[in-house]
Amino acid sequence: MARATSRKARIGWTVAAWLVALLIFFPILYTIITSLKTEQEAIAGFDLIPSFTLESFQTVQSQNNYFRPFTNSVILAVGSTLLALIVAIPAAWAMAFSPTKRTKDILMWMLSTKMMPAVAVLVPIYLIFLRTGLMDTRIGLTVLLMLINLPIVIWMLYTYFREIPGEILEAARMDGATLRDEILYVLTPMAIPGIASTLLLNIILAWNEAFWTIQLTTTNAAPLSAFIASFSSPQGLFWAKLSAASVMAIAPILVLGWFSQKQLVRGLTFGAVK
Amino acid sequence: MATRQTQGLARLMRAPAIILLFVWMIVPLCMTLYYSFLNYNLLNPGMTSWAGWFNYQYFYTDPAFFEAIRNTLVLVLGVLLITVVGGIAIAMLIDKPIWGQGVVRILVISPFFVMPPVAALIWKNMIMHPSYGVLADVARFLGTSPVDWFAQYPLTSIILIVAWQWLPFATLILLTSLQSLDTEQMEAAEMDGAPAYARFLYLVLPHMARAITVVILIQTIFLLGIYAEILVTTNGGPGTASTNLTFLIYRAARLNFDIGGAAAGGIIAVVLANLIAIFLMRAVGKNLD
Repeated sequence: MARATSRKARIGWTVAAWLVALLIFFPILYTIITSLKTEQEAIAGFDLIPSFTLESFQTVQSQNNYFRPFTNSVILAVGSTLLALIVAIPAAWAMAFSPTKRTKDILMWMLSTKMMPAVAVLVPIYLIFLRTGLMDTRIGLTVLLMLINLPIVIWMLYTYFREIPGEILEAARMDGATLRDEILYVLTPMAIPGIASTLLLNIILAWNEAFWTIQLTTTNAAPLSAFIASFSSPQGLFWAKLSAASVMAIAPILVLGWFSQKQLVRGLTFGAVK
Repeated sequence: MATRQTQGLARLMRAPAIILLFVWMIVPLCMTLYYSFLNYNLLNPGMTSWAGWFNYQYFYTDPAFFEAIRNTLVLVLGVLLITVVGGIAIAMLIDKPIWGQGVVRILVISPFFVMPPVAALIWKNMIMHPSYGVLADVARFLGTSPVDWFAQYPLTSIILIVAWQWLPFATLILLTSLQSLDTEQMEAAEMDGAPAYARFLYLVLPHMARAITVVILIQTIFLLGIYAEILVTTNGGPGTASTNLTFLIYRAARLNFDIGGAAAGGIIAVVLANLIAIFLMRAVGKNLD
């Protein structure tokens, strides 16, 4: 708001906003701090100054082979997103540029598949994975995550593509552009930002998925979400180690998330709030 | 643009996505429906037989089932209440002319990017632990005795954790909506002497109505399926005090190996989700154009 505000009021609002923000961020901050403590320090009571040791990070890697779930997370998140884009880009493109009477119905139906609770298909998916040898494999989980997020990917791409103005194509055609030129030099550059934000948001969603990853993996294909969940009981009070594993699991996605917060609103509200 | 040729091409481009989603929706659902009428236990697969409505009756007469339904609703409504009310308040606070708005935004949105098992473990251990957690430290500092959160208030604890995860989402969407509010209108109302509460009630709130609807809709979809937060904190207990429908079905399928029973529970979950969806989809449908 561009209204003139007194300096005093501004200071007041700033202090209040920062207090609320720090309170909300505190659990993450405290995890980062704890990851830099020794195990003794970690349970020694409230203390915001760690001894800045990287011991816990090393322990997580050497004891639990952290690298494996991390690689699995990257493969699952990136793989499922790329697969989804391959299927979704043509579909969203077609629906945005040559819509039919049923396009809106099809989009609503796609959205409705997201309403199906995951647990409703737990039994068949579990049995299929068990019998076909897909259990605890990266390929099985990649395809599954792709199917889960496909409706969101199509919706996001559709809302972006729909904003590319049709007149620009006509202008290009008047200037003698062929269909190939149109796609390559006019549409693609305009579509790339939308595709990039869809990619980013979907990687975040796939990275954080924690129902199917826990159900369908044991050790071989377990990504970070399943790996961390297995920390719940045996690790007990090894908080520095737990924190180190947590920090490594959330850091990449936290940074990606900060970059994509604007697209997040659009993407997750299916374009209803911009 | 819509010549016959491009229409044919468009159909070809749409087909893979539609077929994939259709198969993904129909095949497992039909299998669940089929299994729900079988006596089928993975520990005893040779004894599989037709069960009729037995699995549904079994669910219907199980007291844990009603508690799970109740817990599911309490969880969804509790989180919605905290995130919508808190989201409106925080969005309005961030929208004020403050220094470092960008950083504040980033701090507030961060919990949304924390994966559910990590969020739950952070809260379970570092925040809510009855002897070493931060809340226990605060309680001792204030001279009261620390609360054993997950033993005494299991469902409330889970609501708090999940609300922490979703508050950023609500705040971000409501803030986006708030920032598109016409400031001239607000100024005019202020000049006419409308008090702050009236401006909020008659200008801000109606403007945010659509965003609030969207927040409720999207969160409900995700909140009905809360699972990892329960698994790593209370494991559904004590007893079934923090078991929601998702967790109950998971227990039937994976811990009791009761395929028939879990499938019947799955069908019940679909019916419940659809009842909620029908009512919510109308709201989104209106916002489409």
